Amino acid sequence: MARALINVPQKAKSGQVIEIKTLISHIMETGFRHDNVGKAIPRNIITTFVARYNGEEIFRTDLFPAIAANPFVSFHTVATESGTIEFEWTGDNGFHETGSAKITVE
Amino acid sequence: MDNDSRGATRRDMLLAGMAGVGATLIRIEPAAATPDSMKRAIRQVVGEAPVRNGKVTIDVPTLVENGNTVALAIEVESPMTKDDYVKAIHVFNEKNPLPNVISAHLGPRAGRARISTRFRLADTQTITAVAELSDGSFWSASADVIVTLAACLESLD
Repeated sequence: MARALINVPQKAKSGQVIEIKTLISHIMETGFRHDNVGKAIPRNIITTFVARYNGEEIFRTDLFPAIAANPFVSFHTVATESGTIEFEWTGDNGFHETGSAKITVE
Repeated sequence: MDNDSRGATRRDMLLAGMAGVGATLIRIEPAAATPDSMKRAIRQVVGEAPVRNGKVTIDVPTLVENGNTVALAIEVESPMTKDDYVKAIHVFNEKNPLPNVISAHLGPRAGRARISTRFRLADTQTITAVAELSDGSFWSASADVIVTLAACLESLD
């Protein structure tokens, strides 16, 4: 199980722009490296990251092998209503991980 | 006569072998992205549309000690309203094995067109960020980064 760290402010004022930071543990093997006998190490990366605010997609990104191990992604969104922000990472070899954070909007 | 034909065969074999080596050398793809392949990757995203300089700010250190993890932030000037917002931010590099770094899709709901991540750099190079706006225009900025310890090159022993 990959470990995901999610940083969402617990409280926000309605209409406030908030920053959301995410970090997930993943090797992000590029597919361009070789092991000690010269065999190519197959690619194993997270390819997509999606964030949804109460079910509505607010952010989506495609990741490439150039992203460092343990991908960190941060972005912004407008706090509109109290609820849940869900995060989903998908990648090679059937990698799939989800996380969520609650937010209270005043 | 016998000797001659054998010699010719040997020479032929040698020539054929050398031609084979030559052909293989030519066929090998470059192991790294090049400024040209970056341009191609950008064209794949923007199509025929012109890409103008401006509106985009790249926040990246100019001197990097370790190319395995480099902090990167991209901000695009935009009011982020329903009629005028940033649709996507793409980042490209010149000398990593692949020209793409990240492609982020956002909308008016973002409130602020700023993303950040950490990426790898295989060499001292120029990185380019391209922003796609809701009116269909493309804006870009470039930044030079000097790398002392490159990513992607280490082997596993």
